[in-house]
Amino acid sequence: MELQSIWFFLWGLLWAIFFMTDGYDFGIGTLYPILGKNEEDKRVMINAIGPLWDGNQVWLITAGGVTFAAFPIVYAVMFSSLYTALMLILFALIIRGVSFEFRGKIDNPRWIKIWDTCIFVGSFLPALLFGVAFANIFKGIPIDENGIFQGNVLALFNPYGLLGGVLFVMLFVQHGAIWLTIKSDGDLHENAMRISRKTWPILLSVAVIFLVYTKFATNLYDNYLANPVLLLVVLLTVAGLLGSRIFMAKQEFFKAWFSSALTIVGTIFFGVIGLFPNLFPSSLDPAYSLTAFNASSSPLTLKIMLVVVVIFVPVILAYQIWAYNLFKTKVNKQEMTY
Amino acid sequence: MDALFLSRLQFAATTMFHFLFVPLTLGLSIMVAWMETRYVKTGDETYLKMTKFWGKLFLINFAVGVVTGITLEFQFGTNWSIYSAYVGDIFGSLLAIEATAAFFLESTFIGVWIFGWNKLSKKAHAGVAWLIAFGSNLSAVWILIANAWMQSPVGFTIRDGRAELVDFVAVITQKFAIVKFIHTVTAAYVLTAFFVMGISAYHLLKKQHIEFFTRSFRAGLTFGLVSSLVVFILGDLNGVVVAEKQPTKLAAMESQWETQTRAPLYLFSWPDEKNERNAIEIGAIPGALSFLTKHDINAEVRGLKDFPPDERPPVFITSFAFKGMVGLGCVFILLTVVGWFKRNKLLENPKYLKIMMYSIPLPYLAVQLGWLLTEIGRQPWIVYGLIRTSDAVSPISTSQVAISLIGFIVVYSLLGIAGFSLIAKYAIKGPDSDDSEEDIQPGAALDTSAA
Ligand code: HDD
Ligand code: HEM
Ligand code: HEM
Repeated sequence: MELQSIWFFLWGLLWAIFFMTDGYDFGIGTLYPILGKNEEDKRVMINAIGPLWDGNQVWLITAGGVTFAAFPIVYAVMFSSLYTALMLILFALIIRGVSFEFRGKIDNPRWIKIWDTCIFVGSFLPALLFGVAFANIFKGIPIDENGIFQGNVLALFNPYGLLGGVLFVMLFVQHGAIWLTIKSDGDLHENAMRISRKTWPILLSVAVIFLVYTKFATNLYDNYLANPVLLLVVLLTVAGLLGSRIFMAKQEFFKAWFSSALTIVGTIFFGVIGLFPNLFPSSLDPAYSLTAFNASSSPLTLKIMLVVVVIFVPVILAYQIWAYNLFKTKVNKQEMTY
Repeated sequence: MDALFLSRLQFAATTMFHFLFVPLTLGLSIMVAWMETRYVKTGDETYLKMTKFWGKLFLINFAVGVVTGITLEFQFGTNWSIYSAYVGDIFGSLLAIEATAAFFLESTFIGVWIFGWNKLSKKAHAGVAWLIAFGSNLSAVWILIANAWMQSPVGFTIRDGRAELVDFVAVITQKFAIVKFIHTVTAAYVLTAFFVMGISAYHLLKKQHIEFFTRSFRAGLTFGLVSSLVVFILGDLNGVVVAEKQPTKLAAMESQWETQTRAPLYLFSWPDEKNERNAIEIGAIPGALSFLTKHDINAEVRGLKDFPPDERPPVFITSFAFKGMVGLGCVFILLTVVGWFKRNKLLENPKYLKIMMYSIPLPYLAVQLGWLLTEIGRQPWIVYGLIRTSDAVSPISTSQVAISLIGFIVVYSLLGIAGFSLIAKYAIKGPDSDDSEEDIQPGAALDTSAA
């Protein structure tokens, strides 16, 4: 495989890991107003993600950085054309990030309320907007031959884009609810299980509609028709989806979480494989699309970055898995930090 | 007002805001790791209390530092897309390396440190503190290599209208990068030292927690004295490199209009940009400028008039930022040297303590001035000599940038107020008092203040 193709899939992989990890943080934040029925439950929810969310978020920074390094033109065009959507995501991430640290620092109900709101908005909004953005990328973005955005920001909220947003929110809610069952006990644990059970059929239907709608709204299936073996990724995604429901029913929460992680990674790869070799397709004219081949860095940069990634990503995964292992036990209510 | 102007304003506002929090992270991570190590080695509970007290301030500061960094990472694409496409080969890879090599380290282990008091052995926990300190300082390495490349591009060739990497080693080992890194991180240590000394001085003046804050003050003092000296020496070297690579910036920061051999240094000068001269020049030291920039009193220093007006940076801000920074640098050395002689009788020197307390903002000012000099002195280039800032901006609508800029101003103002008031609140509150035993026991949760 050429360097560019390798980079294309690494690019997809980094986004997939980001959604797989920070996804449950977004999910728990989205469920926060629903499941956080009292102060104790709220704090358990925050402490359930407290030790890990920051490390998870760096996958986003890395995905962004790698886009810049390997496909600078995509980085330039993607982020400037999706300017407003990306800014909204950034603002949301800013308020989410500080709220965990700030919330408990002043014992005043109004202060706490502010940060409670920020936790919800800062989790729900990115989940939705990332979905909207990715669905629109699957569909194609109105960029001209110079990579200049010719559309309207509000046009991103077309039905397919919104459906993508809902899909992401539901995926993360499911993922978050499962993580919360792992980390909590008592009523909160029961409630998280119930939410997971209730939202699962919704997730399933949204996923099915999305798969069908994708046929009509995008060209993603072309690659699959040319090479049906690739449909295996859809199969894996579905297996993950079913697995998460079955393992939840059996109360095997870690297995359920891994299944749900598989669903998320599968969903991202479903899109990424369908896009190949496009990274940022133009809806005006396929000739304007940015691809792995016309938008990449020089071979030297791609090689150096490959060495960097091959060395560091396994090391990062190793210490992150170590950290996950350290914090996989239930939140101890006597020792809550936030 | 156009998208270019607003983007510049937005970039300046957001980086300067990020750099209100970064320096303390860089320095305090090291001091906290040192305190915790002392605790592990000596078993002295005061060191554990110090770790927790300064650690709490560190964490509040860190939270704001992290969230403001994320914006920057994406702003090159959102607001400077032409620049990003042009330099991504080199600049983009440095940012990506920063994320993979450094950010993961600090962000993963910060969670382990906060939540891991009961889960790790004392030694391992202190080790984690060092990993955080290492990670944050490593991130400074990479971002400053990236910035040094914008100041002095090396190791590339222009192909198909883009800068392509040809020599990675040249990029990461250039003199500019090394000098810039040491100067900036030691500046951050100065800031941290003054932060620690200032807060300690406050409590010593109130005669509370005397043992605790005397120790903290002295640790800050040692750190501050050494760093102030290193910053000064490296600042001088920084000037030499600037003279070599960025003659326009050097001329602007010294407000030197004519090309001269044996160029004098003025103790005070007031540039008059319209008439291309200095309205006021006081206290010339013959040959001093030549000596400072080339380490030879007879060397030639190029003046601004040597360059076409559209290649000159704004002289006024550049020169005042420079003089302010250097002046403050001298003040820091003075204050820490005086402190060194008073270190064993701090309580008998309330005046000195008071000065130190009110000096907390000064290094903040100095680092901001340093960056103003660096970045404004680079103008009109975004990459020196290669691509102009005005050619680098994204083709986006003015209204989009206007709205995001307003958003940043509002959100960051609130964030800044909240962040600094929390730091002040916990700094004033002091360490948890002795009678609440659980707070100081190893293994107790770090923060018990939440409702
Ligand atoms: C505590 C803060 C502090 C102090 C006391 C000083 N500096 Fe500084 N200086 C910085 C903090 C700083 C900085 C914020 O860290 C900068 C901005 C960019 C950089 O590389 O470091 C900087 C930049 C900077 C530059 C510009 C480099 C460039 O354009 O890339 C020069 C020439 C100097 N400094 C020189 C000095 C000299 C001669 C000092 C004598 C005392 C001095 N600085 C003290
Ligand atoms: C954190 C410390 C920093 C501060 C306070 C700072 C400050 C500033 C300021 C004041 C400007 C506006 C200059 C002008 O437009 O006249 C600016 C511009 C800019 N800086 Fe920095 N800067 C910092 C670090 C960096 C670093 C590390 C990089 C690169 C890695 C960088 C890249 C840029 C870019 C791309 C611009 C926009 C283009 C331009 O106006 O030149 N800055 N910065
Ligand atoms: C314009 C250039 C800059 C960019 C794009 C940038 C990017 C970032 C990002 C994305 C983060 C969050 C990382 C995380 O989640 O852990 C961050 C934090 C950090 N950055 Fe920057 N940064 C810039 C300037 C600087 C400079 C000049 C320094 C040091 C000299 C620096 C040092 C740090 C450190 C130590 C942190 C850790 C968190 C904290 O500050 O409290 N950054 N930065």
